[in-house]
Amino acid sequence: MELPIIGDIIRLSRDPKDSLRLSRSNLEFWVNLLIISWAVAFAIWQGVGFAITVGTVFAIWAILSVSLNLVVGFTGLLSVAHIGFFGIGAYAMAILTSDAAYEQLRTEAIPTLGWPFFAALPVSVGVAGLVAVVVGIAFNRFRDDIYVLVSFGFAVIAFNVFLNWRSLTRGAFGIHEIERPAIGGWVFDGELEFLALVLVSLAVVILIAWFLMTSSFGRVLTAIREDEQATEVFGYQVTHYKLAIWVISAMMAGLAGGLFGSWTTFVDPNSFVLMESILLVSIVILGGLATIWGSLLGAMAFVLLEEGMRFLPFLPSEFVGQGRQVVLGILLVVLMLFRPQGLVGRYKL
Amino acid sequence: MTTAPTDSGDSYALETVEISKLFGAVKAVDELTISIPRKGMTSIVGPNGSGKSTLVNLLSGTLPLDGGIVIIDGVGLKVVKAHETPDHGLTRTFQEVRLFDQITVWDNIMVVLTSRKLFPAMLERTQSSHREKAQAILENVGMWDKRRALAMDLSYGQRKLLEIGRAMALDVDTYLFDEPFAGLFPQMLERVKEIMKGMRDEGRTIVFISHIMDIVREMSDHIIVLDSGKLLTAGEVEGVLNREEVIEAYLGA
Repeated sequence: MELPIIGDIIRLSRDPKDSLRLSRSNLEFWVNLLIISWAVAFAIWQGVGFAITVGTVFAIWAILSVSLNLVVGFTGLLSVAHIGFFGIGAYAMAILTSDAAYEQLRTEAIPTLGWPFFAALPVSVGVAGLVAVVVGIAFNRFRDDIYVLVSFGFAVIAFNVFLNWRSLTRGAFGIHEIERPAIGGWVFDGELEFLALVLVSLAVVILIAWFLMTSSFGRVLTAIREDEQATEVFGYQVTHYKLAIWVISAMMAGLAGGLFGSWTTFVDPNSFVLMESILLVSIVILGGLATIWGSLLGAMAFVLLEEGMRFLPFLPSEFVGQGRQVVLGILLVVLMLFRPQGLVGRYKL
Repeated sequence: MTTAPTDSGDSYALETVEISKLFGAVKAVDELTISIPRKGMTSIVGPNGSGKSTLVNLLSGTLPLDGGIVIIDGVGLKVVKAHETPDHGLTRTFQEVRLFDQITVWDNIMVVLTSRKLFPAMLERTQSSHREKAQAILENVGMWDKRRALAMDLSYGQRKLLEIGRAMALDVDTYLFDEPFAGLFPQMLERVKEIMKGMRDEGRTIVFISHIMDIVREMSDHIIVLDSGKLLTAGEVEGVLNREEVIEAYLGA
């Protein structure tokens, strides 16, 4: 894992004067420092309870952005379909574990399965993976701008399935009473326990991503990003490679979805609209393509921005949602103009 | 993939039987039948638009055939799949120099050396045998000092050298070089010539496209002259280059 800030801090402590002079022009260092100190200050200012909530939101977004970066940053497939797999994971969790006896309308009743969380989570991952296999085989024919369009299509279709397959998803009513994780009699209903669970999941995702991207497989993906046809000439069946990383990435998104469903205990289609997918792509580009650390930083910056804007005195609370989109949009334009490789990235789209 | 038995035996590294490629109404390659002898250097020459690059693209599976059969190392193929060409013993470079731009010089070579099987590749870390081979190749093409640079930051000549090095990293019998000498300074040009001669001396089959007649005369053992997608003539260098129709095709007289 590339952890630039730790190296910087070590250098700073050894030789403060020299390092300060050096890092004055080192934007990466300041970006790292700004976001991390902002997060720490925010946690101290708002207290532990709030920090735990923000931390959980961050971890879920971070799983999504790290996994999307495998496809967008490392392999060069600009996909806005990711939220669909996130939704599939969340709905799998919701349908399998919810206590659907609660508030069921006669026309929108769904079967009660009552699975435990830890049995449903692998299914969230697996279903997202299975759908990704089918979708990925179809998508393998496309590249570049057409790829964006077809992945856009998938996100829209996924949303409409969530909304209209009412015998399974209860449509716009959403699904309530989704199970919280429990081992034996110990239920993870405390927010801190849940935070620990999502952070462990994030760590696993980062580890897998790091392991794959530093392997020969990861190197081939970057070659595919640069020139698919030339990669083929050297004996690689690139469609297999693209499909493999696509499915792995979708499974990670399914995991994030399962965790998200259980955490909020309620899902409805509005959490999985296309806009969320575009925000996700923005986070990946903002943080930096083909860098795991950048995706973590991007997710952190995004969550801080989102949560931080609640506290702006001049901003009425009903505009917070739109506000974050405006700020993110402006950030993205400014970044593309002056720093197309993202905050800590090295590669351009 | 179609495998047909051939009666051509083992004397040719590469053959084509009436292969064609159409771009719209233009016959870029028109029922072309050629054979390239095993070992030594064969050059492909011809005026602009005579189908030289298209021929290389067809041989390497970069473009699909519209008709005919390509025979690589005695194996007849109606469809050449690019990712299978290394198994048939063939690789190539591109006229427009297609490197993996945003990865390092080192990784450009490593990509070619590592496992081609999907799941083993996921578990494979860089091995010392790979490292040694990459170092040998980079030293051979004089790019060792540049190994940490991104391929996109190299000069044109260096890019050409790296692309040749990348092809060399693949241990095959036949190498197709599409205009390896175009746009190079004399010093670089000598270097590329040396590298190619070294490969020939190892017993490999080198096929290259060039417009520079002095180099064609100096380097090649055999020559294939194309004109409008058809074979004009082929054979030993001196004989071919002195023929009237070759001189005509070039001078347009």
